[in-house]
Amino acid sequence: MRRLLLPWALAAIVFVALPYIVPDYYVGLVTKMLIFALFAMSLDLMIGYVGLASLGHAAFFGLGGYTVGLLGLKAHVSEWIALPAGVLVATLGGVLFAFLALRARGSYFLMITLALAQVVWGIAFGWRTLTGGDDGLPGIKRPTFFISLADQTAFYYFVVLLVGLSAIALTMIVRSPFGLALLGIRESETRMRALGFNVWRHQFVAFVFAAAFAGLAGALFVYQNKFVNPAFLHVVMSAEALIMVILGGVGTLLGPAIGAGLIIFLEDFISSQTQRWLLILGIIYVVTTLFAPRGLIGLYRDFVARRSKP
Amino acid sequence: MIWIIHTLNGVSLGMLLFLLAAGLSLIYGLMKILNLTHGSYYLVGAYIGSTVIEKTGSFALALIVAPLAVALLGVAMERFFLRRFHLDELPQTLLTFGFLFIIADLCLWIWGGDAILLPKPALFSTSIAIGGNFYPTYRLLLIVVGFAVAGVLWWFQEHTRIGAMLRAGVDDAETARALGIDVSLLFTVVFAVGAFLAALGGVLGGPIIGASPGADFDVMLLAFVVVIVGGLGSLRGALVGGLLVGLLDNFGKIFFPEFALFTIFVPMAIILSFRPTGLFGRA
Amino acid sequence: MTALVIEDVAKNFGGVSALRGVSLSLEAGERLVMLGPNGAGKTTLFHTIAGTIIATSGKISLFGDDITNMPPDARARRGLARTFQITNLFPSLTVLQNILLAICGAREITFQFLRSMESRRDLQARARELLEQWGLAASADQTVRNLSYGEQRQIEVVMALSGEPRLLLLDEPTAGLSPAETLRVVEMVRKLPRNMTILMIEHDMDVAFEVAERVAVMHQGRLIAEGDEAAIRANKQVSDIYLGLE
Repeated sequence: MRRLLLPWALAAIVFVALPYIVPDYYVGLVTKMLIFALFAMSLDLMIGYVGLASLGHAAFFGLGGYTVGLLGLKAHVSEWIALPAGVLVATLGGVLFAFLALRARGSYFLMITLALAQVVWGIAFGWRTLTGGDDGLPGIKRPTFFISLADQTAFYYFVVLLVGLSAIALTMIVRSPFGLALLGIRESETRMRALGFNVWRHQFVAFVFAAAFAGLAGALFVYQNKFVNPAFLHVVMSAEALIMVILGGVGTLLGPAIGAGLIIFLEDFISSQTQRWLLILGIIYVVTTLFAPRGLIGLYRDFVARRSKP
Repeated sequence: MIWIIHTLNGVSLGMLLFLLAAGLSLIYGLMKILNLTHGSYYLVGAYIGSTVIEKTGSFALALIVAPLAVALLGVAMERFFLRRFHLDELPQTLLTFGFLFIIADLCLWIWGGDAILLPKPALFSTSIAIGGNFYPTYRLLLIVVGFAVAGVLWWFQEHTRIGAMLRAGVDDAETARALGIDVSLLFTVVFAVGAFLAALGGVLGGPIIGASPGADFDVMLLAFVVVIVGGLGSLRGALVGGLLVGLLDNFGKIFFPEFALFTIFVPMAIILSFRPTGLFGRA
Repeated sequence: MTALVIEDVAKNFGGVSALRGVSLSLEAGERLVMLGPNGAGKTTLFHTIAGTIIATSGKISLFGDDITNMPPDARARRGLARTFQITNLFPSLTVLQNILLAICGAREITFQFLRSMESRRDLQARARELLEQWGLAASADQTVRNLSYGEQRQIEVVMALSGEPRLLLLDEPTAGLSPAETLRVVEMVRKLPRNMTILMIEHDMDVAFEVAERVAVMHQGRLIAEGDEAAIRANKQVSDIYLGLE
């Protein structure tokens, strides 16, 4: 147990010290990395633990984002209500999607999650009077929770806190008896049923959890950018989350967080050099699938295994 | 008599969707690959078609060149990439997802970001009177071509050797292999046919839907709904689903312009909750 | 008390009758082996009891409750456990995790998020005790995928009995095993607590008589004979079926 505490403590020190070491721009970039780490970890709960690959996870990210945006801008609701409401709406979206998508398996599940997410995108895009259509909703204010988070550094610490707490919560979930049951369902649904587990109910709860955490990530990202547009819930957003999970290593939580950091860094770096980010993203997909199907964590484990037996 | 016009519009869109969904459905039925690149085949078909028409002025030539070029693209994807992950669902999906982005960005690079509409062939750029309204003959051509392709595919599947192999393969690939059917060649043929049909849809749809960045997603999405409704692996499902979605989309845009997608997705959700494998799909 | 009552159960698959009215009952603590050639309907009957197939007609009761139309997980929660003819474990989990899941399922420890599995000393101790008891303690932390087929077959049985079921269904537990391994599994079954009711499917007559005090024989979807070893060995129809086949 003590051995496990050390990396956590080190990580905490690094994250606290960061704004004193790097320029503001990078504090913003690391904030974005943390938010996407949460988004990717929430998707990993689906893919890596229950074994259901969703192609529409951005729907919950966007639902959380649009909810805080609309409540703040149009209803002038306090952030104390808007942020929890963002998570709640994403959670309810998860409930609805789960009812429709969990009837299906395999390829049908992939297609249905993708199609449902595109419906949400279609609403955000088409309902101009409410959502501003393609232009989105600009002018969303950073919230004040006891202290104003308008400042980049203050907002960064807020994100560190919430993402940190969420990471702990997700880790507890996957290590609990419930988490082990999810792994069992990934491996063999028929065996789990024979052991007395209600497989559907487990998948449902995991799906809703994943949606809730994705909603929190989306709400935070809207606060960071101070605007929201349909790109927040587009297929490309789902696809980025998916490759973060695969690139990092499915079913490890830490891997997807690392994958998120790497993809966000690459996107930032490549976008400053060229317009061809989508092309690079596609190539990352193909290369990862061909050469690192178990992700960076998998490569690292293979490396360690090879060194330990010469 | 405006209803006739709307219905014809719906049916002609339905026939285009059938061209896309037929390939998607056959590829899935035989290889269990969910091909997310299928909308890209449409887009590349439309773009190549536009270039051919621009250079030669011949729509007929575009109808041959573009589908053949895209069929080659499909064969390359199947032979060099997808084949390595036979029956492994997640990596196959990821690969096709990757190709979707690569192709989308290359198209943007080559053909630019402006939406283009292909010119109609001279022979079908006129209109005829139907019940007091003028109706473009090009859309009628689409309906005729769609039914003709459906007829050819059906005949091919029921009455030829390759069709029989295909049916055997869809039912049970392992048994088909044991019977001495060259499954490997069959996979490539089906992928080529699927990509060919999607690109044919791209050229034929070019004068009415056009080509633009993002059209690949939109078209793929509609094709997905068609196969979700009709059932994966079934030609009949692709035809019925295509017509249904084409009509729903057309009338939806008239009645609920801000929520057009709903008129497609609400029926999809209803069908799904009663038949999770679609109208003609097998469990 | 009667553990299992099967009353006139039939099953049709699109016009083909796999079961044509089977009636059978097991007293609590009884051990019955179901014999029959391939295609006799044993496996279909097994599935209708376990819940993976729902009977077309007839009634099945478990300790007095009607379970005819219940899903498999609900049956499991009423004290029914089963093994699979084709090994069905959690291949990328450890042996210990496999057993832990079996214990959690039986004790209905399902939606618990707060405490980690590692800190559940009670469950860990019980799982290790079971592995110790059945001679598998050495492989506790191995990934199931890396074990030999023989060991996997043993885990298949240990998982089913981890939840201390009232009725244990064994689907050809010795399928594909060497004579030595078969002997180990037969020994395992013989060592099970006497109050556990057991229904086992087997196609090998010698293995069947090792385990059971009562044997039932199926043929073409019907029960054609039932009784102790002597009665079955003396039955003309049974020996015809087995001689005709082998």
